Amino acid sequence: MGQSNGKQVFAPWENPEEKPIIRFGGVTKRFGDFTAIDDLTLDIYAREFFALLGPSGCGKTTLMRMLAGFESPSAGTIELDGKDIAAVPPNKRAVNMMFQSYALFPHLSVYENIAFGLKRSSMPKADVDGRVGEMLRLTRLEAFARRKPHQISGGQRQRVALARSLAKAPKLLLLDEPMGALDKKLRQDTQFELMDIQEKTGTTFVIVTHDQEEAMTVASRVAVMDHGRIVQVATPDRIYEMPNSVYVADFIGDVNIIKGNAKRLDEAKTEVHWAEGQAPFLGTTNSEVQSGAACFFAIRPEKVAITMDRPKSAANAVSGKVLDIAYLGNISTYHVKLATGEIFKAQMANDRRIARRSFTWDDKVWLSWTDTAGVILAR
Amino acid sequence: MNLRRIFLILVPYLWLLALFLVPFGIVLKIALSDIALAIPPYAPTLDITAGWEGIKRFFAGLDFENFVFLTQDDLYWRAYLSSVVIATVSTIATLIVGYPIAYGMACAPRHWQPMLVMLIILPFWTSFLIRVYSWIGILSQEGYLNQLLLWSGLINEPLMIINTNWAVYIGIVYTYLPFMVLPIYATLEKLDGSLLEAAEDLGCSRSSAFWLVTVPLSRPGIIAGSFLVFIPALGEFVIPSLLGGSKTLMIGKVLWEEFFSNRDWPVASTVAIILLLILIIPIILFQRNEQKQREADQ
Repeated sequence: MGQSNGKQVFAPWENPEEKPIIRFGGVTKRFGDFTAIDDLTLDIYAREFFALLGPSGCGKTTLMRMLAGFESPSAGTIELDGKDIAAVPPNKRAVNMMFQSYALFPHLSVYENIAFGLKRSSMPKADVDGRVGEMLRLTRLEAFARRKPHQISGGQRQRVALARSLAKAPKLLLLDEPMGALDKKLRQDTQFELMDIQEKTGTTFVIVTHDQEEAMTVASRVAVMDHGRIVQVATPDRIYEMPNSVYVADFIGDVNIIKGNAKRLDEAKTEVHWAEGQAPFLGTTNSEVQSGAACFFAIRPEKVAITMDRPKSAANAVSGKVLDIAYLGNISTYHVKLATGEIFKAQMANDRRIARRSFTWDDKVWLSWTDTAGVILAR
Repeated sequence: MNLRRIFLILVPYLWLLALFLVPFGIVLKIALSDIALAIPPYAPTLDITAGWEGIKRFFAGLDFENFVFLTQDDLYWRAYLSSVVIATVSTIATLIVGYPIAYGMACAPRHWQPMLVMLIILPFWTSFLIRVYSWIGILSQEGYLNQLLLWSGLINEPLMIINTNWAVYIGIVYTYLPFMVLPIYATLEKLDGSLLEAAEDLGCSRSSAFWLVTVPLSRPGIIAGSFLVFIPALGEFVIPSLLGGSKTLMIGKVLWEEFFSNRDWPVASTVAIILLLILIIPIILFQRNEQKQREADQ
């Protein structure tokens, strides 16, 4: 990912010696009857770009506000650098936050906004000037230092908010949906810029987002949350390729999910019997799934090949009829109805002109994939 | 130009002409006249039946004598000055009392706020005159305030409040408080709570966040409220004449006495014209503040 430099992969979470910078220990947060965070345990390491991903109301913002100090846990401990921070008020924490609304002070100029936090500390004036200049350069805002927030564009405001939260060189930077207000094109550019700044400053970033693409792009690790719990924490590629549940598989990207019964062949291979009279799917054994137990077979549409004739060597193959074609420019998604009634999605790159497309509506086609392409999930 | 546009422009100008310029012209004309034992009690009056000669005679009779007179008697400039002082002090007092009220209202739970605004406006449902009179009952030597203080043992002799400038300050603060509270509340209520969280996140204590963020952002409300109190307080007549003593010098009171006790309409009109000229400065400043606020909101 962004942090790997070819020789040495950045993966402190795999090193048992490494001390985490943030440690949630059995944290629970209740608002009246509602449990926003439910007995959550999580370690975040220094220099990580950590993403909290989930639908709205899953508790990710509450988790971040507890790190900033605006909420305190109902139970459990939050440690920063090994020290419990429950009693430390937000203005005394070495943690800064970039707000979703940016929360720029409208009565202050860009310069004064960035200098705001520095002036609250006992930094000499000359140093404040130097630091603000550095931040303006980092975010390419030198030309706008004297402007007020309402005189600059949305993208520039976003960079001011970032510069302001980075100015005090916090141990931990929290970003609450930092790109929520930007349009798609600008968002993609900003994602790379954000990764760049994170690498340059070496600050630990925790980002809250509901946009899975954004989380996958920027983060070194992603935590997928649901109803105040963490469902899975892993690197983006593992989250995508090895989801631990139907929830994660379904939340990240597109997926076909077929319910069935597992029949373990050996340590490596398991069959999934999914319909009467249909050949079982062949997949890699998941130790969590007992032989004979109900399970789910999940496969990404781009791993499913679509052909006119039955491929000879494929481990898995089913036939069906093209129901719908979604043309997305670079790729097309085919919705194929199987004989048993299931709708299967298959994706193909449009490496040919559309006029020369091989399949059209109502064509009878074969779908096939290898024995390692899908995953077998217990829940 | 089409008729519609002419009509749209014409309406406000006609309004201004009928309700401001014409009355102002009449007052100015009286100010330039001389006192006379007649009905109306000034001369000259325009005699249109005499034709051109009448108009010439009319204009020949007008002069600036009354304006000169105002500079000669120190009563007038002392009254103007004293009015400015009393209006300024009471504006500051109203701000000190009103800001915490507005702040408390803006911090109150959302569903309470309409009721709190209602409570602020509620006194307007009673006649202004009755409310000022009732303050006499509270502030007088045998009034409720003195009874309470004597009973609690805080004082041994009743306080002299009524018929002093203190009573005038209390009256003005009480009467004009809603004009201060409502504009400040309007700006505070719009204030984005995440700004205060951001200030705290960047190292501010609660109180420094208040001074560095809340107060500067409520500045338009403070300015609007201060003008809304200062402008009417400057020409206030009812409060000083009912609650103030003989030593309370305010230009509104002088104006009233010139009109009704002295029956000197020309001098009274001159006093009114000068008062208007004094008021134009804060009114223009107020307008500019409103304009700036509208631009900032866009």
